[in-house]
Amino acid sequence: MNLTLKIWRQSGPKDKGAMKTYPIQGVEADMSFLEMMDMLNEQLVGKGEEPVVFDHDCREGICGSCSMYINGEAHGPGRGITTCQLHMRSFNDGDTIYIEPWRAKAFPVIKDLMVDRSSFDRVIAAGGYVSVNTSGNTLDANAIPIPKEDADKAFDAATCIGCGACVATCKNSSAMLFVSAKVSQLALLPQGQVEAADRVLNMVHQMDLEGFGSCTNTGACEVECPKGISLENIARMNREFLTAAVSAD
Amino acid sequence: MSAKSGVFSSSIVRKVWMSLTGLFLCSFLVVHLLGNLTLLRSDAGAAEAFNAYAHFMTTFPLIKITSYLLYFSILFHAVWGIMLEIKNRKARPVAYAYNNPSANSSWASRKMSLLGTIILVFIATHMYHFWAQMHFGTIPLDASGNKDLYTVVMEFFRHPSFGIPATLLYVVSMAALAFHLHHGFQSAFQTLGVNHRKYTPIIEKVGLVFSIAIPLAFAIIPVYIFLT
Ligand code: HEM
Ligand code: SF4
Ligand code: FES
Repeated sequence: MNLTLKIWRQSGPKDKGAMKTYPIQGVEADMSFLEMMDMLNEQLVGKGEEPVVFDHDCREGICGSCSMYINGEAHGPGRGITTCQLHMRSFNDGDTIYIEPWRAKAFPVIKDLMVDRSSFDRVIAAGGYVSVNTSGNTLDANAIPIPKEDADKAFDAATCIGCGACVATCKNSSAMLFVSAKVSQLALLPQGQVEAADRVLNMVHQMDLEGFGSCTNTGACEVECPKGISLENIARMNREFLTAAVSAD
Repeated sequence: MSAKSGVFSSSIVRKVWMSLTGLFLCSFLVVHLLGNLTLLRSDAGAAEAFNAYAHFMTTFPLIKITSYLLYFSILFHAVWGIMLEIKNRKARPVAYAYNNPSANSSWASRKMSLLGTIILVFIATHMYHFWAQMHFGTIPLDASGNKDLYTVVMEFFRHPSFGIPATLLYVVSMAALAFHLHHGFQSAFQTLGVNHRKYTPIIEKVGLVFSIAIPLAFAIIPVYIFLT
């Protein structure tokens, strides 16, 4: 199929950037979206032009790096998938496809479609961990009984791949879905209890410092999240935060 | 741990204030509506009953205290809501060239500040016409010696030139309120951390009924007065 691509080109963090139009021919339906981008880049290199810079790594929906805002949606049309799992059969011959980087103050553009998501790393560093004894007498995690329901919910929260689609989609660029998944996966387990109050206060504090907006419960994040992280986690984080805020001294 | 300086200004606490003031305003809507329904009565005692209610609402001490809390809540909710909206817009300095938000969220949920602003303009004009009249205006007294707000209301909506725009303004504003509540009611519970497999669907249904029934009942009153 033949397509018209409208892609955000920005030579560096300081450049203003603009949308540029690229016609592309011979795209096949069973190509992944990233393979289509590779094809475009080969053509650009062949013509002596700068290839389009985009993030990618695993190409199987687990690393969360392939951030692209495609036709007005994070990771494009389709539910429960990342850009690398999107296939060109989702498009028709003659389509125009808009491809933009994640847009958020907390995710500044590095180049073209690649953004700096280290704000997520700093939120994790603020409390998204459990401290364990590693001096040779580490407790076997399986030695502590955990209700199946809690284990399942913690596991669901832990499937968040930190892709940032929630932020990109949210009209407020809020990171609540991501942060709440990271708070929940630990808050639901006994190992996470010791640091629970500090964790939620510190992670939310860091989230606010990074310049993410605040949640207005539109629910867009849950719809666009490739891992189906539930809004239930945001409510849990609000509960955790409010109890920690009134009990902290 | 020592609470971070940011705890009380955190994005979550800011939203809790929106939720608490919003739910308080919802409870006020119910009380206000119950009184106003007297306006739909067409029997002989309707006018005096309504005036007595209006008198009670402006003089009874407990209600007076609550009303100050209410004025404060409306102002706070409006100013805080607009400030949040401004802050949220700053979180995305460069807009998408092409965006398709209706693929993943409801119109009302994205337009809360617009809907709220319509409601605010409405509240201001509404208070100017009736609340200010009742408190500071010189209104003739009815047979029981209460200010005859009933007649003021009737004449307002039946006014030969303002009657139609006034009625329209009320109907449009109530539509805005309906959308505001359709998202807001259930959203307030989510903000407070109430999200439950069993109870959330119930809250959503109650919110849907509330967001249609209350504004509709309010809107029927001016239309009924205008038509009769
Ligand atoms: C009778 C009048 C009103 C009622 C009953 C009401 C009710 C509510 C409720 C229940 C919420 C949800 C809170 C949450 O999500 O936690 C809300 C949100 C909101 N309201 Fe109102 N409201 C009213 C008037 C106004 C006015 C006058 C404004 C002014 C501009 C306004 C602006 C907003 C905004 C911007 C939000 C979204 C806040 C956010 O999600 O961050 N509302 N309202
Ligand atoms: S919550 Fe979902 S959308 Fe957000 S970072 Fe995690 S996986 Fe991505
Ligand atoms: S490249 Fe790893 S999730 Fe897409």
